[in-house]
Amino acid sequence: MKNTALSDKHIALGAKMVPFAGYNMPVQYEGVNAEHETVRNAVGVFDVSHMGEFLLTGPNALDLIQKVTTNDASTLTIGRAQYSCLPNGKGGIVDDLIIYRMKEEQYLLVVNASNIDKDWDWISSHNSFGVEMRNLSDDYSLLAIQGPKAVEAMQSLTSVNLADIKYYHFEVADFAGIEHVIISATGYTGSGGFEIYCKNSEVEQVWNKVFEAGASFGIKPIGLAARDTLRLEMGFCLYGNDIDDTTSPLEAGLGWITKFNKEFIDSEFLKNQKETGVSKKLVAFEMVDRGIPRHDYRILDANGNVIGKVTSGTQSPSMKIAIGLGYVNTEFTTLDSEIFVEIREKGIKAKVVKLPFYKK
Amino acid sequence: MSIPAELKYTKDHEWVRVDGNIATVGITAFAQGELGDIVYVEIETEGEELDQEEVFGSVEAVKTVSDLFMPVSGKIIEFNSALESNPEAVNSDPYGDGWMVKVELSNPSELDGLLDAAGYQAHIG
Repeated sequence: MKNTALSDKHIALGAKMVPFAGYNMPVQYEGVNAEHETVRNAVGVFDVSHMGEFLLTGPNALDLIQKVTTNDASTLTIGRAQYSCLPNGKGGIVDDLIIYRMKEEQYLLVVNASNIDKDWDWISSHNSFGVEMRNLSDDYSLLAIQGPKAVEAMQSLTSVNLADIKYYHFEVADFAGIEHVIISATGYTGSGGFEIYCKNSEVEQVWNKVFEAGASFGIKPIGLAARDTLRLEMGFCLYGNDIDDTTSPLEAGLGWITKFNKEFIDSEFLKNQKETGVSKKLVAFEMVDRGIPRHDYRILDANGNVIGKVTSGTQSPSMKIAIGLGYVNTEFTTLDSEIFVEIREKGIKAKVVKLPFYKK
Repeated sequence: MSIPAELKYTKDHEWVRVDGNIATVGITAFAQGELGDIVYVEIETEGEELDQEEVFGSVEAVKTVSDLFMPVSGKIIEFNSALESNPEAVNSDPYGDGWMVKVELSNPSELDGLLDAAGYQAHIG
């Protein structure tokens, strides 16, 4: 199992460590609810250095990216980032990712830790464009500094005006005394803030300075458990739960990142699927009666027939209700549809709702 | 990790406090720590006669759910209804306000097979 450059720090802070995607990762420090609230109301820091980073360079880098991803990367200007996914040639999804345009002919792809090898092999196998590919995953660290106070708390660490970095934009600049750090206005929480990419050798200094600068704002370390409840309240998909090799981007509600103005792997298949319609769709639901939905629980109709499956579920720390995502047959996807989650052999009532669950 | 010496324990992380023929049952400090923030305790077996190791309820945490097992055979004569509005008591006071059920023992000799504090400490390592 791999450690991040900060594993010893997490252990010293009293984190409960768990194996996740081959890494020894902090799942929680003081408790998931308290950490969740810290990010919603103040600012918290996640070590998500397990994420993978690929650097693609060359005159044809955009062509390769356009072929292997669903979103239209030609709209990316230098300093902008884009959420996208890798279709798998069979109508499913290899991974979801963020693409950064670093230079005229250079892009950074940030992928899920559990899929680093799979994604690398997949993209490499389609690289008939002579694009130079470098896997930086073992050399780079990633801190997500998230929450409504992130901008104010971190401003003293950089010469860049953080408030000026718009959502899904980034700067390469000085941060915490380190040059050439990527400061990206992205995240997986819905509470604003930044993601900071730096070298493993630099991250301890960055971590220490981030906590010094954030001390008077109540900054705290946040574990993977709260990362999951925060993203689920927003309805952000988690690869391996809500999307995988068997779910299409259209079924997953990712039509907004599936652009048919270009050709890509599965573009014909997905265009056809869009025209004929999907038979199942990912929906958001909240429990009407008491019970907490969990991954893989079955979803039933009023007569007890199986109509789908839960992909993610939790008690929402912000709203104190049980929420979930799951695939259901298309006829049950309209708002307020009554569905039932099978919890310990009983059908517990739920209703289909709009995303995000959490609104400020 | 708190493991009171006067209690008995199971390998499933329940504790038992015996008073005459009545056993009070809850989950250990270790168990609540592993579960994380507890959201509710579902026990719908009040009044039922259950055998040792049968499921008498479940505890839902934010991240996970876990069954509750009878440490000893007997009848569930009381459920801690205060947990309905305050399930956090299982986290904050697992051996006190976080107790879950009272059981009228049907086979008190089963108590001899439970772990003592030292045995439970060795079990969780």
